[in-house]
Amino acid sequence: MAVVSTENVPVKTEPDVVAVRRRVREVASQLGLSLVDQTKLITAASELARNTIIYGGGGSMEMQVLNGPRNGVRLIFQDNGPGIPDIELALRDGFTTGSGLGLGLGGSKRLVNEFDIVSYPGSGTKITITRWK
Amino acid sequence: MDKIPILRMGDFLLVTIQVDMHDRLAMALQDDLTRTISQTEAHGVLIDISTLEIVDSFIGRMLSNIAAMSRVLDAETVVVGMQPAVAITLVELGLSLPGVRTALNVDAGMELLRSSVNAHKELYGSRLH
Repeated sequence: MAVVSTENVPVKTEPDVVAVRRRVREVASQLGLSLVDQTKLITAASELARNTIIYGGGGSMEMQVLNGPRNGVRLIFQDNGPGIPDIELALRDGFTTGSGLGLGLGGSKRLVNEFDIVSYPGSGTKITITRWK
Repeated sequence: MDKIPILRMGDFLLVTIQVDMHDRLAMALQDDLTRTISQTEAHGVLIDISTLEIVDSFIGRMLSNIAAMSRVLDAETVVVGMQPAVAITLVELGLSLPGVRTALNVDAGMELLRSSVNAHKELYGSRLH
């Protein structure tokens, strides 16, 4: 599997969430993902981008186009916020420390093929999601 | 700041969301709509989301909030035109839009609003002014 292209998108302000959605759609549709798969990936990206801003205090998204036996899109959201003390709890539907519905993390996990989260209190959060064609 | 227009059609308010909304715009729509319902004494709100490419948990919550707030203000809300891919994604995300009535298109939505407003009038009589 090879990374064909990489780009960085800032995720710092609210309009950045809209920019993330637009950019992920462009790339996912170029790659030929089905409309349902595109919609799932964009929705997951939208949830994670919002989390990056609200809980992480802003950060960035790295978007990779993957080429290999299967083509796909990988998104890496990274922030330097307070981190997530209990990941298992944070993934549970309905759990929130903010004012949201608590569907962002668990919900986005269901919308993609691969989901990985690395977070330590005090040193930020890194969430990687992949949707294969 | 951008604003999503709210049109008045007789007893009903009509909203067509045609832009990819950032969160503040969605919140502004919620406020504008509740204010307009109370000013115009509208009995129904029709929200057309056929051009929306995604509904995430924030927009989903806004739709649920609008439906709940308008109900308290004596108005029914119908959301119409959701794309199939959006519906599939929404349910997988874990949102089923509780309390939000939906219809496939604007015509069916208007029909639904008219019949529920008529049923309401028969039960409680029309308003006093």
